[in-house]
Amino acid sequence: MRYDLQVIASWIETGSRVIDLGCGEGELLKFLIDHKQVIGSGIEHNESKVARCIEKGLSVLQGDINEEIDDYPDNRFDYVILSQTLQQVYEPDALIRSMLRIGRNGIVSFPNFSQWGCRLQLLVSGFAPITRQLPYQWYNTPNIRVITIKDFRKFIHEVGLTIVKEVAINTQSKDHYGKIITVLPNLRATYGILLIGNGKHQH
Amino acid sequence: MSEYIEHDRDKISVGIVEKKIYAFAEPPQEMVLEGGARLGPVSLAYETCGTLNADKSNVVLIAHALSGDSHVAGYYTPDDEKPGWWDSMVGPGKGIDTNKYFVVCSNIIGSCMGSTGPCTINPKTVLPYGLDFPVVTIADMVAAQKALMDHLGIKKLLAVVGGSIGGMQVLEWCLKYPQMVEAAIPLATTTRHSALAIAFNEVARQAIMADPKWNGGNYYFGEKPALGLAVARMIGHITYLSDEAMRLKFGRRLQDKGDFSFNFDADFQVESYLRYQGKKFVDRFDANAFLYITKAADYYDLEKQHGDGSAVRAFSKTGAIFLVISFTSDWLYPTYQSRSMVKAMKKNGLDVSFCEIEADWGHDAFLLPNPRLSAVIRGFLERVYNSTRK
Repeated sequence: MRYDLQVIASWIETGSRVIDLGCGEGELLKFLIDHKQVIGSGIEHNESKVARCIEKGLSVLQGDINEEIDDYPDNRFDYVILSQTLQQVYEPDALIRSMLRIGRNGIVSFPNFSQWGCRLQLLVSGFAPITRQLPYQWYNTPNIRVITIKDFRKFIHEVGLTIVKEVAINTQSKDHYGKIITVLPNLRATYGILLIGNGKHQH
Repeated sequence: MSEYIEHDRDKISVGIVEKKIYAFAEPPQEMVLEGGARLGPVSLAYETCGTLNADKSNVVLIAHALSGDSHVAGYYTPDDEKPGWWDSMVGPGKGIDTNKYFVVCSNIIGSCMGSTGPCTINPKTVLPYGLDFPVVTIADMVAAQKALMDHLGIKKLLAVVGGSIGGMQVLEWCLKYPQMVEAAIPLATTTRHSALAIAFNEVARQAIMADPKWNGGNYYFGEKPALGLAVARMIGHITYLSDEAMRLKFGRRLQDKGDFSFNFDADFQVESYLRYQGKKFVDRFDANAFLYITKAADYYDLEKQHGDGSAVRAFSKTGAIFLVISFTSDWLYPTYQSRSMVKAMKKNGLDVSFCEIEADWGHDAFLLPNPRLSAVIRGFLERVYNSTRK
């Protein structure tokens, strides 16, 4: 499993209710159900990925996360996960508020655009950075948001939410291995992972 | 639907099956129908495949659509030309695996494939019912299936599965007998007909009733309203396909000729196909049954009947686990209709999976062999089965 998903999984309490927004082929959900006995479900846009999830016995529905999230009752979940999808979201503000409406905690992970490799490429070559985490050209990238760990922290405070936990990671070999970065994370980490809450709850 | 049925390419089959009849509702204990009329005695034709386990917890009930029957899979005799209508889905190791599940499928009341319907003899007159047959609804069809389950000693259904009008029965099962249904798979269906769907059905019914041989529904001792029923079926087939399906299947190709005939014979392949389907249907289906079943489908309104107009309120009655499936090219019950039922299920906090399967073949896609459809149904049923074992 991807290293960022391993970190996320380690944060989830056994037996909790979890929804994974943009769950792909359900790797994290399957892991959480098998190892943490969670009650898990997911939303995914891509038909063949949705079908793969359902084949595996996961409860997943096909749709746009921005719309589908509106139908769930308040506080339906303990954790609402948005892993490596935020950079593709058109209205992050609305989505993150919805996440904390339907769930007690939000977990967000995203590629860190201020990692030194990105900075160096832009500085030296003058071209928009292309990295293993963000492997697209400017004209074919689905990643419409350029986010750094510092940006995200600032954003969470501005919208009046709280960061409960934060980890920056550096990953290798197709993101399956990695380590936690504690010194200069905004400069060195390839991904940021944050547990957010709306401040009203005790953690 | 029968035009799609083929022998399994890998020769995998449940083998020989037997059509059985369950008779109940002997007067004075007749069924009281939704419309208030009483119906009895009632016969239900049904078939089973697979083995019922000791605690009767592996039952999958399959509900058929407009022109289907109890013959869901397998063969009556080794020489049959075709297997049952969903042989691609139901069998050993298939999407609905008969090595694991006990599959039951019965012919709906109002039909003409062995269950009581307008072509059955009315015990009061000793003549076929014809239009004296009371109008039956989807809820009545489901109530009759419930009587069969009671007869078989089945108290829980692991899953109810069905497409189109069969899907309406699936939904009705969940809301009418919520304690009995663990899981449900409504395919290519809707909670209520759109005006478009009602309009097509009405044109089809008018075609039957405009045939002089229909004779007010009283034709069982003379010639059948074959032309009317054939036209009705032709209209049906247009709605079961799609623009894309027809383009791929026929385009503007001509049937066995190089140029137009400059008369009103069937020039185009699509004309020839529809005429053939219409004609073939007349041999196996009763015109009055077509009227009754399409009317039942038009009347079905889950929101009104179960939720005072609200789908959210309606689905609050059930705790079933759902797998909802629609098909991209289905213009009879388009995906937005499936999405709206999924929305209502989510608002009730129900466990619902949904997939819009990409398929060119329109509404009928659910009847065609489709590895993706089989795989998702297999995975879903396995999850439900395992969760009941815990």
